Formats: sequence, structure tokens, C-alpha cells
Amino acid sequence: MESFITPLLTGASTGAILLIAALGLALTFGQMGVINMAHGEFLMAGAYIAYVTQQVVTSAGLSILLALPLAFLGAGLLGLLLEVLVISRMYHRPLDTLLVTVGVSMVLQQLAKDVFGAQGDPVTAPDWLDGYISVPGYNWPYAKIFTIVIALAALGGLAAVLKYSSFGRKIRATVQNRDLAETMGISTRRTDRLTFFVGSGIAGLGGVALALTSGTNPTLGATYIIPAFLVVVAGGLGQLKGTVLAALAVGLLTAFLTDWFNSSMAQVVTFALIVVFLQVRPQGLFTVRTRGLA
Amino acid sequence: MTSTAAALAAGLVLSSCGGAKTDEAPSASKSCVDTSGSTIKLGFLNSTSGPMAISEQTVRDSLQLAADEINASGGILGKKIEAVEEDGASDPAVFAEKIGKLLTSDCVAAVFGGWTSASRKAMLPVVEGDHGLLFYPVQYEGLEASKNIYYTGATTNQQIIPAMDFLKDKGVKTLFLAGSDYVFPRTANKIIKQYAKELDIEIVGEEYVPLDKDDWSTQVAKIVKAKPDFVFNTINGSSNVGFIKAYYEQGLTAKTSPIISVSIAEEEAPAMGKDLTGQYASWNYFQSVKSAANDTFVKAFKAKYGDRPTSDPMEAAYTSLYLFKAMVEKADSFDVDKINDAADGVTFASPEGPVTINGENHHIAKTSLIGQINKDDQFDIVWSSDGPIEPDPFLKGYSWWDPSAN
Repeated sequence: MESFITPLLTGASTGAILLIAALGLALTFGQMGVINMAHGEFLMAGAYIAYVTQQVVTSAGLSILLALPLAFLGAGLLGLLLEVLVISRMYHRPLDTLLVTVGVSMVLQQLAKDVFGAQGDPVTAPDWLDGYISVPGYNWPYAKIFTIVIALAALGGLAAVLKYSSFGRKIRATVQNRDLAETMGISTRRTDRLTFFVGSGIAGLGGVALALTSGTNPTLGATYIIPAFLVVVAGGLGQLKGTVLAALAVGLLTAFLTDWFNSSMAQVVTFALIVVFLQVRPQGLFTVRTRGLA
Repeated sequence: MTSTAAALAAGLVLSSCGGAKTDEAPSASKSCVDTSGSTIKLGFLNSTSGPMAISEQTVRDSLQLAADEINASGGILGKKIEAVEEDGASDPAVFAEKIGKLLTSDCVAAVFGGWTSASRKAMLPVVEGDHGLLFYPVQYEGLEASKNIYYTGATTNQQIIPAMDFLKDKGVKTLFLAGSDYVFPRTANKIIKQYAKELDIEIVGEEYVPLDKDDWSTQVAKIVKAKPDFVFNTINGSSNVGFIKAYYEQGLTAKTSPIISVSIAEEEAPAMGKDLTGQYASWNYFQSVKSAANDTFVKAFKAKYGDRPTSDPMEAAYTSLYLFKAMVEKADSFDVDKINDAADGVTFASPEGPVTINGENHHIAKTSLIGQINKDDQFDIVWSSDGPIEPDPFLKGYSWWDPSAN
């Protein structure tokens, strides 16, 4: 029994981080067909915003709470900038967006290195996040639970926006059939921009959580971009519930395999299983039913 | 492996008999080093870009400091050092290409640099083929010796084995191994496991995480469960931050299961985000070493670069340039064969203490130190070997070592 608790709990928090990283990707990939390889750097931006906030506001507790909205705004604006300056010029050219955003991610990493140094800077957890819950066989750090709380909040907020707000309805209409949505009077360009802002902002929130568990460093985001894309693809494009299930599945799978074998093996087996899964179900767990996407 | 070692040893014996040429291509004659002018060119090959830049830039800085000092005091054989700088770009292939360029087109008398074992392994065939000299400043996994490379960092019997002796002295009975998943930690842990058997220390766990991953929670949960007396940490780079955070977050402390590290130094400790007071590290140099030479080094470094800490690889690089100067002056020549002939026994009063070149395996005798981190992220030296330890890269002098066993 004990041997199941540890990977279950670590898997849940790994899944939460993957979910936060994948939510924005799922939105922009699903809606605009944009492959944004710089998305990981929005996580990194969130982490550095947490660090900078902590330099200004010395109270660790207050600074983390302040960092959350700031990171959402900061990473969101960074995403908006990327959309306006770069990505908007290459819609319908998914391979080009992939290449150009790889370039942008390198630029952002180097920028972080120049501004903050390559060593990485520590973010201090406030007292109320510094402890752990003792469960048999494992001490579950509050910082990891905090990650899950952030993921759930981001997910809940996003689901509510998509379901109940007019902005959400516009997003869903654009995902389902861009041309038809346009003829209905929806400015899909504006919708795209807002989507990009929200998707990037969510990554910023994840960055704050990551700063607490692993500190900041310029390559922080690069570690998460590939697994996050795997989650998006395995979940099914543009599908929230698919993304959630896939993130949880990848998180748990990695944690259990790490516990049974080792970290390197877990990585290999997880990727292999996803490849096999996509052979059987290339459309992912769920697909959008639409006439636009035949 | 052993046959290469034998071949190398044979080569060393031959070359030490008055510089007799071995059968490899035209060697010394290939040299294009120009000694006619008032300067002598040396190559500084460090990564100033890519993920290793953070570490290797510090080495570059201390090499420049040493070059300035040597030039101010008259140079080497009366010639000022003219540094030719290249960027290894954290890529072994680039290191191989650039060292070739430095040796054959810039015609430098020696190259100083490299950090990762992968970069060294990539440069080795080139520096041997061009019959040049490379000074490599970082502690590494041993099991190597080339007549064209001088290893001025520690080999395993000057860092890993003394750390185990220290643990034995402390009465440690159980040990947990945590490392990054690549050549150095794997090799180090192979040595640790064999020596632990000899010392009657039980290894109660062994975990690796890839260099680019920083989630250590599953592994640390295993440490919590195993309750080892000590954790031997061979993790490298920013992955250490994830490890240290998980370690403290899951309730471990320097009292419950202290950590001894071989890659956390003065620069890394403050970046961990946790108070490391009480944890240990094994090196040959700490900024806190008390000696006149170290005072001078630390003061000169801070004067040139501001308030930055000095660390072991920086000191080893600084020392390597002075060792080169001493070797050249003893040989009275910049010729590689003559330098190699003169190398054995060359000493330098370095910041870490006296170091002496072993002419046979091209490593240097160094004193081993264990430091305990204090609240200022400096290291209090709590253990020291009885003087410099002769380098033994192939662990020939250790009966328990069996390279073929696992």
C-alpha cells in the first residue's frame, strides 16, 4: 500500500505542472494551429516574476500571493507580444510557427541568462508553504500541493470562461469553424489574441509554482515543453478534458515508473507508450466533432 | 580499456626516455609554435555560451587573472602571454574543432580549458594527433591518462575516496547515492560501492535522475524511507536545486541524513534556495583555505572581478597556468616533448597548498579537503588528508578496485 502512495502523490503534482503547461498549448494549438515552442519560456517568465517580486516585496507570503496575478499578466503580455509581432504573420503555416518560436525560445532563454545570470536564483517559500503532510511512506510538501491548487484553479477558471462567458463562446466557435465564426460577426483575430494572452498567462502561474519547487533558471521551461506537447497531442487537439486526463496519466505513469525502475527508464517508457498509443488512436483521447475539420 | 592503458603506459615510458618518438605520425616536427617574438600564444578554450557557460566563464576569468599576473612579473621565459580565446559553446564537437584550430592554425604553445568529460574526450584525439598540450582544470572520473593532457583538477582518489575515508572516520554505517544520469556519477558511484564494501559501509539506495530533470521527489522519498546516515551527492548543475528543495521539503536535514557533495561549491550553494548550513562538500580547494598564496589569489580575483567567490575549478585553472610556466622554465623550451620530459616533480605553491606534477600520469598531487557549509555559504574546513595525495587515476594502488566488476 505504502509503495502506491508515494508515486500517486508525486504523480499528481507532476500531472498538475504538466496540465498548467499544456492548457495554454492546447488552447492555441487547438484554436489557431500554432505550434508555440516558446511556451515553456512563459513558465520561466512566471518563475522569474516570482523571483523579482520577492526582491521587491520581502515578505515571502505576500510576495508569492502578489506574484500570481503579476505572473499571469506578465507572461500573458509576453504571449500577446509574440502573437502580435511574430505569430500573426504566419497563420496557416504551422511548420513556420514551430521554427520561429524555437528561435524566440532561444532568444528568451539567452535574455534571461543575460539579465539574471545562468546560475539560477532561489525563491523562498513562505512559512505556510514550507512544511509537509506526513503520509505513510512519504512526506508530501505543501509546495507540491500548492501546484495542484493552482492547476485546479486555472482549470476551473478556464472551464468557466469557456462555458459561460461570451469570450469563451467565441473561442469555442473559432475552434469549431473559424470561417463560419467570422461570418457570424466574431472577430477571430481579436479572439486569437485574447486566447494567446490567457494561454500564456496560465503558463506564468505555473512558473510561480515551479519557482517554489525547483527555483528559477533560464532553461526551466525547456524541460517542460516536449512533455506538454505530448500531453496536448495525446489528449486530443483543443480538448480540455483530454488534456486534463492525458496530463494526469503522463504524470502518474512517470511517477510509478520512476518508483519501480528509475527516472531515465521512466522517461523512455512513458514516451514509448505515448507513441504506441498514438499509433492506435492518432486523434488522441478525444476529438472535436466539427464539420470544419472533416 | 586495460589494453589502452597498457599502451599508454608504454608510450609514457618511451617518451620519458629522452623524448624518443613513438610510432605515431610526425609529431613534434609538426609544431608551428612561434617562439621568435616577444610574446607566446596560449589558447583559452572555455564555453562562454550554452548551458556550461556559467561554470566555464569563471575558469576563463581566473585564467585571465593568472595571465595578467604572469605578464606583470615578466612573462614565461621572458615572453608575455598572448591569449587566443575561443568559445567551446558547451558542445564537445566544437571543442574538438576549436582545439584543432588553436593548435594548428593559431599555433598556440598550450591550450587551457574544457569542463565536461565529454568535451575532454572529444579534444583528446585531436590534441594527441596534433601533439599539443591541453591543461584540463576540473575534477573528473579518472581512468584516463594522455601524454598530451595535464589534469590539474582532482582524480577520484583525491576527491571521492578521501570523502569515503571521512565518512568512515565519522562512523557512518549506511550511505545513499544520488547522482545525475551520466558518466561521472555512474563511474564515481561504481568506485564508491566497491570501496564501501571494503570499509563496511552499507549502500542502502542508489538513484539517478537525468541532468535536464529537476524533480527529485520520488528519489528523496526513498531516502526518507531508507534513513541513511549520509547521502553521497554526485548530482550536477541546476538539477541540484530540485534535489535540495525536495530533500528539505520532505523533512530531511543536515542532522537527519547529511549530504556530502562533490559539485556544490561556493558559487552554487547560495543558489539552492535553502539554508545549506551543516552540509558537506569534498574538494581540493575552498575560498576559506588559509595560506598566503590563497590570500593573494582571492584578493586579486576580487580586485579584478568584484565580490565574487572563488572555487575549486577556478583555482585549478589558475594553478595550471603557473604550472605551465614552471614546466617551460625548467625545460627552457616551449617544445612539447621537452616540457613533458621536464614535467615530473615540478611544483607550485598554489592557493590550495603545494601541488606537484606526476610526470608519469600527468595528474598532480593535491591535498584533499572536506568543508562544511556555514551560514555565509562559505566552507569551514573540517577534514584534510595528511598532505598531498599522489594521483592514481586508474586506482592501481587500491586492491579492492576491480574495473570490470559492477
